[in-house]
Amino acid sequence: MKTKENILLNIKDLHVWYRVYGGFLKVLNGVHLMVREGERVGLVGEAGCGKTTTMKSILQILPPGDFHIPRGQIFYKGQDVLKMSFKELQRLRSREIAMIFQDPTAALNPVFIIGTQIGDVIKYSSAVLEENVHQQEKIKMLSIKTLKEVSLPDPERMLINYSFQLSGGMKQRVCIAMAICSARNLLIADEPGTSLDVTIQDQIMRLLNELVEKRNTAIILITHSLAVAREMTDRIYVMYAGTIVETATPEILFKNPVHPYTKGLLASVPKISGGGISNGIPGKLPSYLNPPSGCRFQPRCEQESPICSEKPPQLFEIEKNHLVACYLTQR
Amino acid sequence: MKQTTNNEILKIEKLKKYFHIGKDKKGPIYVRAVDGVDLNIKHGETLGLVGESGSGKSTIAYTVVGMYRPTSGQIMFKGKNTGMEASRRSLSSKKEIQIVFQDPGSSLNTRQTIEQILALPLRIHTQIPKRQFREKIVELLEKVELSPDYLYKSPSLIGGGEKQMVAIARAMAPNPSLIILDEPTSALDVSVQAKIINKLIDLQKEMNLSYLFITHDLSLMRNVANRIAIMYLGKICEVAESATFFEKPLHPYTQMLISSVPVITEEEKKLKPKKAISIGEIPSPVNIPLGCSFHLRCPYKMSICSKVDPEMIEFSPEHIVRCHLFAKLENKKQERSD
Repeated sequence: MKTKENILLNIKDLHVWYRVYGGFLKVLNGVHLMVREGERVGLVGEAGCGKTTTMKSILQILPPGDFHIPRGQIFYKGQDVLKMSFKELQRLRSREIAMIFQDPTAALNPVFIIGTQIGDVIKYSSAVLEENVHQQEKIKMLSIKTLKEVSLPDPERMLINYSFQLSGGMKQRVCIAMAICSARNLLIADEPGTSLDVTIQDQIMRLLNELVEKRNTAIILITHSLAVAREMTDRIYVMYAGTIVETATPEILFKNPVHPYTKGLLASVPKISGGGISNGIPGKLPSYLNPPSGCRFQPRCEQESPICSEKPPQLFEIEKNHLVACYLTQR
Repeated sequence: MKQTTNNEILKIEKLKKYFHIGKDKKGPIYVRAVDGVDLNIKHGETLGLVGESGSGKSTIAYTVVGMYRPTSGQIMFKGKNTGMEASRRSLSSKKEIQIVFQDPGSSLNTRQTIEQILALPLRIHTQIPKRQFREKIVELLEKVELSPDYLYKSPSLIGGGEKQMVAIARAMAPNPSLIILDEPTSALDVSVQAKIINKLIDLQKEMNLSYLFITHDLSLMRNVANRIAIMYLGKICEVAESATFFEKPLHPYTQMLISSVPVITEEEKKLKPKKAISIGEIPSPVNIPLGCSFHLRCPYKMSICSKVDPEMIEFSPEHIVRCHLFAKLENKKQERSD
């Protein structure tokens, strides 16, 4: 089946299980996610809800041997990633999709200088390079150009620095430079500002936004902060315990949240205009070893009904650009 | 003066804490983590101490509980000088000041049960006979909404939010009057954070506690603290009541911080200053710039800023700021254009 032209990535009903002692952790339970070309998509959820697992399954970099995908499809440009050969996957990872990780300190190797690390990315990912005598110089030139683009001061000197000589914000800029140094179509940013201070996070987010707009790259921004997603994205997916519970544009989502989980999450966010904080959401994430058979939020939900524990609700369009997986909306 | 001291539970005066890290040709090198801080906390109040990492806020906390000895300056607790390390403090003063750390995963011993963890402060700081320990511990657990089942559990088996609740119960155990909260919720999710913060506010009313709340999250402070102090490179930039603080931020660094906070409503967006967008990074506390330590990142920089370190100015009652912009204002009584 050929998908629509402007859809870049389409995840359909993805299930991912992890093999552990005593069975399978059923982490992802039917994730639907779609990214159009040049679109900025936010994936919001609390720790342990499967955000990173979803992203890692797009690139097929889940821990080898420990996972099992019973069902689901991931279409990238109409091609199913789960059926790709190793060579095709390598191409996907090097030329098409780039990923920025949460902790830049762990993402950079402390025993190689920055120049080598960026150079390697350019060498293995860029189509513009051909076998010629000036290759080394060309790589250096390109590295300097990208480092300038992420507004790092003194890029020439930066190339011979080790990662431990840089501050957290600078390291994250280097990681972004590595992600954008070749033309790619999709950028996955996994909590790019979480380990940094607010002022630095603000700078990194503005930088990412600028770059994405300039290059017309699609971006999936994974974050646990609704506020960051609101300021950065065109569409937000809210994830809970391995399922997408609600998706909408930021304007709709923040004005009219429908799913009880989204509502609880929004009320828990402290506001700079004051007014106190709600009491949070009672209970905790269900065990993935024996998850509830129906809606996974049902044990914590205050508006549950008998149907909720029977089978999981499907995403349902309640208005344009606003999909909710909850039986409350379908009655 | 005496009346005000009675009202204050903790008074920090000109506190300095330098860490010696090495030597070069010019002499010893110090990290100036805390560089002349004046702060006070009133009875029953929450003071929010906000700053970026490396600004010295945790050093203040650790000096107040006695994990470090101050290089100079005084820490007056209930009118008595307690500016020394914990081993030289009296047991009764140690009982009064307790701390909750950022990461409950490493502040609770996973080899002990929760009963054992909570029994230690009771054994040291209270006169309760041993056979009544269990009763008291169950009472403490109830205070933080944990059931008595948790007595025999190990901290490694419970969630992050519950662990932090146990750490809070441990701090409450000796019946203190001041609790230092060192980023108690920054490792937790917002829905869990909301629960813990509300519990802390309830306990404060119930037990008449004072909090020194250290965090980097300004929006959280708006809802928790009575007063907020902003710290930058070992110095206090601005102290104000939390409502005025957000409506009328004075110091350029405060404005930069508030404008960096991601928000979820339009109402909040209006509070964000437009001009002071974030640039640059916090310099290393080994090489603090001359003059005002913030001048390298400041959008309102003047020539005086790189030469003279500004003084604390009382802009209005309960609103103190340390910036040359307002020194000028005081003389000329000019309105600042924004």
